[in-house]
Amino acid sequence: MSVIYILITVSLVVAVVFFIAFVTAVKSGQFDDSYTPSVRMLFEDELVEKDASENEKSEPSK
Amino acid sequence: MGQSCYHCGLDCDADRIVFQEKVFCCAGCKTVYEILSGNGLEGYYKLEKTPGISPEQKAGKYDFLDNADLQQRLLEFDDGEWAVVNLYIPQMHCSSCIWVLENLHKLDDRVRSSQVNFPRKTARITFRSALGLKALVLLMATIGYAPHISLEDYDKKEGAVNRSLIYKLGVAGFAFGNVMLLSFPEYFEMDEYWLNQYKPFFRLIMFVMSLPVVFYAASDYFRSAWKGLRAGILNIDVPIALGIAVLFLRSTWEIMTDTGQGFFDSLTGLLFFLLLGRYFQQRTYDFLSFERDYKSYFPIGITRINTSGKEEPVDIYKIKEGDRLLIRNEEIIPADAILLRGKARIDYSFVTGESDPVTKISGDSLFAGGKQLGEAIEVQAVKNVSQSYLTQLWSNEVFQNDKSTRFRDLTNSVSKYFTIIILLIALISGVVWFMLDASKAIPVITAILIVACPCALALSAPFTLGNMLRIFGRNKFYLKDAQVIERMAGLNTVVFDKTGTITSGLGNEITYSGEDLGEEEGGLLRSALRNSNHPLSRQLYELLDAYDIKPLESFKEYAGKGVEAQSDGALVRAGSSSFVGVEQDALSLKTVVHVGVNNTYKGAYTFYNKYRKGIASLFKRLKRNYELVILSGDNDSEKGNLEKLLPAGTGMFFNQKPDDKLEYVRFHQQEGAGVMMVGDGLNDAGALQQSDVGVAIAENVNVFSPACDAILDASKIQELDRYLWASLKAVTIIKYSFILSFLYNIIGLFFAVTGQLSPVVAAILMPISSLTVVGFTTLATGWVGKRLK
Repeated sequence: MSVIYILITVSLVVAVVFFIAFVTAVKSGQFDDSYTPSVRMLFEDELVEKDASENEKSEPSK
Repeated sequence: MGQSCYHCGLDCDADRIVFQEKVFCCAGCKTVYEILSGNGLEGYYKLEKTPGISPEQKAGKYDFLDNADLQQRLLEFDDGEWAVVNLYIPQMHCSSCIWVLENLHKLDDRVRSSQVNFPRKTARITFRSALGLKALVLLMATIGYAPHISLEDYDKKEGAVNRSLIYKLGVAGFAFGNVMLLSFPEYFEMDEYWLNQYKPFFRLIMFVMSLPVVFYAASDYFRSAWKGLRAGILNIDVPIALGIAVLFLRSTWEIMTDTGQGFFDSLTGLLFFLLLGRYFQQRTYDFLSFERDYKSYFPIGITRINTSGKEEPVDIYKIKEGDRLLIRNEEIIPADAILLRGKARIDYSFVTGESDPVTKISGDSLFAGGKQLGEAIEVQAVKNVSQSYLTQLWSNEVFQNDKSTRFRDLTNSVSKYFTIIILLIALISGVVWFMLDASKAIPVITAILIVACPCALALSAPFTLGNMLRIFGRNKFYLKDAQVIERMAGLNTVVFDKTGTITSGLGNEITYSGEDLGEEEGGLLRSALRNSNHPLSRQLYELLDAYDIKPLESFKEYAGKGVEAQSDGALVRAGSSSFVGVEQDALSLKTVVHVGVNNTYKGAYTFYNKYRKGIASLFKRLKRNYELVILSGDNDSEKGNLEKLLPAGTGMFFNQKPDDKLEYVRFHQQEGAGVMMVGDGLNDAGALQQSDVGVAIAENVNVFSPACDAILDASKIQELDRYLWASLKAVTIIKYSFILSFLYNIIGLFFAVTGQLSPVVAAILMPISSLTVVGFTTLATGWVGKRLK
């Protein structure tokens, strides 16, 4: 019978984890700019293909 | 030829450059291409066609960045090895821009990373301190993305972004979803054994979840209600705060005494919808600033010539009386000064809106805010920056008070009566129930306060105005906030500035009167004008493009008088009346270029302001409902022209100084008028601020406009009357949705007064009323938006 207590507690813990994730996302500024990332996302492929060789030379390790 | 520049997309005329089988309009564009392609950044041209910006080359423009003090002020972070700076780049306009700016590290490996925020048009760049800020800025300038660094950056506030509304929305949404699930079983309660066993547990969780909602998410409503009450105003937040408090207390009481399940789902849902409305209304335009003052026009540093004759970059707040300053081409004079050396051609368009530059000679005084065109000049400051004529305008008290506090919006004026009526109903039914059945009096009173909580009422305005704001934005009319729409609906006077507002900043209308110029003479005149750089010559040259260019035997330009040229024995003169040799009409203030050939007078070209398209019909339409006035800083040479163009009864005032404009607006407001000021330059800034709605006209919304309530794209000025109409409609929509929400309130009150308000009724009624209002306002504003197009 008491399994319902465990289930609800677990579901609440999961919910709270998501809530904390939301707060951290807001805090890190992810909701400040909702446009640029949508454009940036499309760049990556082209870049790697074209400049793979050049990247290795000119960019030192991080 | 119809070929356009591979880099910037401009049409290339005769002097185009062909490089690697690609056409460029100028050396600048070619250089950028070379730099980008040489560093493996050809992708720039693949993402968008002709994305580039032709770079401007101005030697010494960024010399002030050598000043260590200024560098430290601009940098966000600097530990000697790495530095971080956030730069504003107004030229940014497409995805290629984002791409190239985020790949700056390919151009210089001392740049580690850069991140673009496109809506704000900023780039945050991390680079090795060894590179230096100046080198970084120059690097960006060479590829056409010169950052705009102004005095505004001097006191940069540290990224204090207010995200509390998003947090609150998150808290309310989280609680709403969970509480709703937990309260659901009890709605179907049939005295089940299973449910009865877990009821207390469910209720406890609901109570715990509602705590952060009441004490954190709702805190703004309590604060605002308290502020309103202390000021003796019954604003909309008073009944809301009352409703929330009663909901929470009664629900807590119910679960503690085990008399019911409480209204926790209604409580959290109410907050979630209310905050959603706020969020919806709050979102405006990141890339526009409506708070600008002279600081965003002024440079942060300038070149000073010290006592030993050396040039040094200096912080402009450090300029003192008597300092000698070097002003280069396109630089702004930061303080009132006297010209010491050089030929000054000052463009005061920032200050006066007048686009023709003024020529000054040594010894003349120059006002702050003028931009030097041409060679570098040397000036001596006579005042410091904050005491100069232009900056003094900002010490006027108008700029200290916030006009939104002067205005009481529709919601708050209704809420006053609403609150009083609700309290009366609660009191009367409380008394009646006390006599009928004393035990039910308290539940009835609390039920009334709960159900009357004006959620739908509070949502009407945010959703209507928020929608209108977006519709206006799509039509290139950008408002500072939603309240401006309500203020627009209460106007009866529209005041226009002339130059730059109803006239277009580019070019003049030119008419010719006199003897016809033949093929020969016309060609000669055009060839003569071709050699002159005077703005009138340039405009006239463009006009005469039907004539062919002739080789000239001699050419001479007399400053302030005119030009003289000889070819095939014919001598042409163009310029002032005395230069060409005709009687001058002494009273005429018009801009005229006289033409004479071989000492015989031919005729004259008269320059008129060119009015924006559709101005005459706009005035005619506005005249039906509004009082119209023109306030111009210019002389009255255009008066006759304006009278012909505009409907009778349009007030016209000329030679108005910035203070005069402000006083004019204030005077009419004191007489009870609602004034909209439409202007463009800094000279209108005072009037824009004083007026009920200040609209700045901008040729390009990304360049600077003075502090205002709205920015209107210049190409849309003829639509102004439609926008005013739409704002009136928006207010009507709000009124109708008030009626809708009152209907729901009456239904709710019926349940409450008769003592039948159960949690399930509240839980159904509240979201339905909110959704109806949101749906109605969305549809209605959408209809208005369609009519606007």
